Formats: sequence, C-alpha cells, structure tokens
Amino acid sequence: MTLKLYMAQRISALIMAPLVLMHIAVMIYAIQGGLSAAEILGRTQGSILWFAFYGTFVVAVSIHAALGLRTVLSEWAGLRGTALNAVAWAVLALLLILGMQAVYGVTAT
Amino acid sequence: MPKEQQMSVSVWRGGAAGAYQSFDVKMEDNQTVLDVVAWIQQYADPTLSYRYACRVGMCGSCAMMVNGVPRWTCRTHVKKVLKDGHMEIGPLRNLPVIKDLATDMDSFFNKWVAAEGLHHPTQTRHDPIEAIDPASAARVEANAGIECINCSVCYAACDTVAGNPDYLGPAALQRAWSVYNDSKDSDKQAILDAVSGVGGCHNCHSQGSCAVHCPNELNPMNAIAGLKRETARNFFKRRT
Amino acid sequence: MIHGYRTHTLWIAFLLHRISGVALALFLPAHFWVLSYALNAPQKLDGFLHWAETPIVKFAEFGLVFLLSVHMLGGLRLMALEFLPWTSGQKTAAASAVAASTFLAGIFLLRAI
Repeated sequence: MTLKLYMAQRISALIMAPLVLMHIAVMIYAIQGGLSAAEILGRTQGSILWFAFYGTFVVAVSIHAALGLRTVLSEWAGLRGTALNAVAWAVLALLLILGMQAVYGVTAT
Repeated sequence: MPKEQQMSVSVWRGGAAGAYQSFDVKMEDNQTVLDVVAWIQQYADPTLSYRYACRVGMCGSCAMMVNGVPRWTCRTHVKKVLKDGHMEIGPLRNLPVIKDLATDMDSFFNKWVAAEGLHHPTQTRHDPIEAIDPASAARVEANAGIECINCSVCYAACDTVAGNPDYLGPAALQRAWSVYNDSKDSDKQAILDAVSGVGGCHNCHSQGSCAVHCPNELNPMNAIAGLKRETARNFFKRRT
Repeated sequence: MIHGYRTHTLWIAFLLHRISGVALALFLPAHFWVLSYALNAPQKLDGFLHWAETPIVKFAEFGLVFLLSVHMLGGLRLMALEFLPWTSGQKTAAASAVAASTFLAGIFLLRAI
C-alpha cells in the first residue's frame, strides 16, 4: 500500500466515523417495533439532508472497502499487480452503483 | 549420584524442504538455547549448520525460532522455553533457509538500504564536531531505536512481512525513523519518499508483534507510526 | 494458525479489525440491494423486513452492529496511534473498543426483540 492509497483509506475512515455513530444511533432508534418500507421512506424520502448523509456514506465506504479488500486479497490471497488493482476497481464500482441505487431508493420522490 | 537429566530437542534439518530431527541433549544448570545447538553440533552431528558470533546479545546473528517464537538464542535460557522436557528449534521465519538453522539474511539487510536507513551527512570530516542536545525531542525519538542489533527477530515475528514480500519490515523502518530524527542527517525527504512506496511504512497494521518480541525491548511499531504521521503531514504540505 | 508470535492483545485486535472489515464489506452489497427496493417495490422490501423479524436474523443483526462498532472504534484507536503520537494504553483501548461495541450492540438487540 502506497502513501496515496493510505491517505484515501484514512481520510475515508475519518469521514465515516461520525456517520457510523449516527447510523448506529438511527438503527437503535428505528429498530424498536420493527421496520417497514413506509417507515424508512417516511424518514428519508425527499430529504436533501438524508441524501447528503447517505450519499457521502456510500462514497466513503466504497473507497474504504475497496482499499481494505485490496489489502486483504494481496496479503492473504497473494493477488498482485494488475489483477489486484482490477479487483479493487471492480469492488469500488459495484459498491458505488449498488449504494447509490439504495440512496436513490430511499430518498427519491 | 542422581541420573543425568536429558531433554529432547527437535532441530530443523535441510533447506526450504526438510524435516525436524530429534536429539537427546544433557541438561545443565545454566544453559542457553545456543549452548544446546552448539552441543548438538559438537557432540551429536558435526554437519549441523547455524550462525552465531558474540554469545552475549550484541551481534544479532544467532536468532532462531524456538518453539515457534523468534528469539535471540544466546540470551534465552533453556529453562524459560523447555516444555515437558522438549523444545523445537527452527530457522528464522520470513527468510529463505540456506541450511538447517542458517537463513539468508540478504533481503533483510537490503531493505535497510531500500528504506534509506543510512546516514546522509550534513558535514565533512574537516568540520568541527556538532553539539547534540540529548534532551531534544527529536534526539529522544532517534535514541529510542538505536539499540537495534539487526537480529531480524521482529522481521520474523511480523505477519505483514509474511503476507507482503515487498514490505520493508519493522527493523528497516525503525532505522529510517531514527535517521529521520537525527539532526545530523541532511536528506529527510529521501527517507520519507523511500518509506512511502509499495513496500513502505503504510503497509503496517500495528499488530505489534515486533515490539512484543524485540529482545532489546524496542518498539518498531511506534517508530512506524511516526513515519506514517510525518509522511501524512508531508502529503498535504507538498500539495499546497 | 495461532502461533506463539501471535498470541498477544494487539495481534488479536488486528485480526478482529480485519475480519469485521471483510464481513462488513461482504454484507454491504446485500444491504444496498435490499434498500434499493424501497421506492419501486416496497412490498418486496416489506417481505424482506418481515423475514428479518425472526430471532436468528435479529441475532445476526446484533452481530453486524457489533462488527460495525468494533471496526469503527478499533480504527479510531489505530488512527490515534498513528496521528496523535499516542502510544500508551493500546491494549486497554483495544479492549475498551470491544466492550463499548458489545454494549452498543446489546442496546440494539434489547430494542429489537
């Protein structure tokens, strides 16, 4: 892992720290009495704030997870060079697409 | 007269492919692991290969895996490691085995140079000797790592080295940190650049095995954290 | 394998950080996939949420909250070690991260059941 990747990993982590705390708080708040699509949408639909919150979260976590898996695959599966980078980019793209779809799904009107 | 006490010692024989061979060795009141290896070589099998020099914990050449843990064998008492009258002695981990207990330490030493863990002078021999304040913060940081004896115990203990052959490892990075904090060193940027590449300090996962096993009780993990801090600071500085 | 050179607190903290990270990364695609139904196919999402009411899933969710929390707190410990020249008490901090995460996940589970 080079300095650039390290900085991306740590900065995405620092951005996520408060978001994760908030996420855990929302989970603890919302889980009581069970969840429903209507309940989730009622909280998030049409909200710019929730869109910014989850949008930032998805971008940060996609970068963070892609870099993390890249390190694990390199150290524990012996993946190197082009193959390693290709997998990392693929993970980033997959998480970004699925994540943004989810953000759209809960915030769009 | 009481019967002689014996211990059974498994010793690695061969190169990368090989097997443990068992020897019965007489127990003494005061006996180090290196004494045991020397006894086997002198009295049981003269073809056993191993490496040592000073026998007093200064030269860093006798490190081996003892019961799966990297140790300096000349300062490790048998009574400390013997389990039910048995112990296992193998070549250091993370280094190619030449034969038996001797490893090829080239990659370990080459990485010291690759990490720029070498002196970049600020003055010539004709200049007066520079006064160094031993209490200055940078000197205290530099001093923290200078008792390293290059024994490679930390390198053998490190799982990040095991998973990434490019990784410079705890000893080389600790030396780079010492040199970086030396006021007599002129090329700090070269050090930061050298530890920022593919095998650089940023691979470290702070597992801390280096600090746990260092026979001189140094803490390479903290030195590496220092390098991460300085390279991160430098990362923003160079951009503005 | 847990060899002799690995049996210490910070190595175990590393393993926990890595396993929690991989587990969370593998969980994310499913998490995103299910939520993306919210707008276009809310009945599908509700079907899933109904399935998620079973005790075994609740317990798995407790595990996920724990993993998320312990990965965040463990990561903050690492970044403090790296950026805030802070070195003492690492073992205590690592243990505290586990304790706090168990507590948070416990609150979640108590409210979930």
